[in-house]
Amino acid sequence: MREIQVQEIIPAVRQLCLDANYELRSDTVEAYRRALEVEESPAGREVLRQLLRNAEIAKEQKVPFCQDTGYAVLFIELGQEVHIAGGSFYEALHEGVRQGYAQGYLRKSLVRSPIERVNTGDNTPAIINIEIVPGDTFKVSLLVKGAGCDNVSALRMFTPAEGLEQAKQFIVDTVERAGPNASPPMVIGVGIGGPFAQAALLAQKALIWPIGKPNLDPALAQLEDELMERINDLGIGPAGYGGRITILGIHVESFATHIASFPVAVNIDCHSHRGKEVAL
Amino acid sequence: MTEKHRIDLHTPLSDNEVVKLRIGDLVYVSGALYTARDAAHKRMWETVSAGGDPPFDPAGQIVYYVGPTPAKPGRPIGSAGPTTASRMDPYAPLLIERGLKGMIGKGRRSEEVRTAMQKYKCVYFGAVEGTAAMIADCVLSAELIAYEDLDAEAIRRLFVKDFPVIVVNDVVGGDLYEEGRRAYQRPRPQ
Repeated sequence: MREIQVQEIIPAVRQLCLDANYELRSDTVEAYRRALEVEESPAGREVLRQLLRNAEIAKEQKVPFCQDTGYAVLFIELGQEVHIAGGSFYEALHEGVRQGYAQGYLRKSLVRSPIERVNTGDNTPAIINIEIVPGDTFKVSLLVKGAGCDNVSALRMFTPAEGLEQAKQFIVDTVERAGPNASPPMVIGVGIGGPFAQAALLAQKALIWPIGKPNLDPALAQLEDELMERINDLGIGPAGYGGRITILGIHVESFATHIASFPVAVNIDCHSHRGKEVAL
Repeated sequence: MTEKHRIDLHTPLSDNEVVKLRIGDLVYVSGALYTARDAAHKRMWETVSAGGDPPFDPAGQIVYYVGPTPAKPGRPIGSAGPTTASRMDPYAPLLIERGLKGMIGKGRRSEEVRTAMQKYKCVYFGAVEGTAAMIADCVLSAELIAYEDLDAEAIRRLFVKDFPVIVVNDVVGGDLYEEGRRAYQRPRPQ
């Protein structure tokens, strides 16, 4: 049995929030560089150069590279041999986010209810997903989710008869409809399977997957390649100014589903694809 | 389309400078910009509709659609990325008719705004959403000039140096969102 104090968790989560907002994921920066090599559109190339320059300035000056510092979504891998001590685990996670957003001059972007719309004042609550794993690992991954791109995400329940072809068309159509408003070049998370809510969770989780790393399942890897090509053929391009690169990457997560269902969820992330992970 | 070399513009702009600009041009703007977004536009519209003057003379100027976040100590401005321009569409022609030469924002403009731009010689520049750190780095100073009670939405005069923008709508009816995509879209093989 390994013991981890909540007092160690709070500063670790606080630092995650600062790092994730000041320093772009290294795979995102790499994806910009690769995109710049293939992008043919002059305006598109300029947008990619500006994104690279923006990332450098944010890192250097320790300022957020985007004003929408988002919703803090946490994915936790908790070893079953780990005992969290010294207080509430959930409260420690929220407190880490609270401290990070306060100390980092990060925008507080959450309201208490969609109807009353009063700001919570500290960017909590965080969204917390916990997965119990064997051993004594403790890993926290933070996904910073901006709203412009989340707002154009979509979920649809297909029937098995409608099948994969219609699912693919739906994914391509969702990105096309998102267009310039989702701040392309985007990163796309797709979830297929489960009951309704599971598909959305899978799509969101797919966004923490490294950009450009092929799926471990060869059939899904092939599906990702096909979707990447079809979406980039849309020509929307960086910032929607036209070009070869509409998305930087796409990852598909699949899960068991009901014999009568084919759920498909598409979660869109903007070019400021942010996140960070830490292990204690 | 070929790789464009940069065009440097300093505000205020003349008609002569504006009519030469074409979609896709990369422009580095220096000089004064006026910030205004939803609430400030609504208030200017009400003032002008009642026979008054807007709080600044738009002739030759550029309006930047932004609501900056509070500045860190020692900095002129916080994050200052562009906001969606279409929300200002109902009010934009009012300033364009009074000589406004440029608008900076993101996203498509309405037919009415594009028509007014052609008629009165005004261009719409796109700034890249999410490049808040780079844009803030171009801002040398910020001065509140009207509607202080609107807080982040108050009108400010920013002095900027080399603010990089791309021409999205020009005075001959060009639209980069439409024409740019058409140039790169590949039809799906059947």
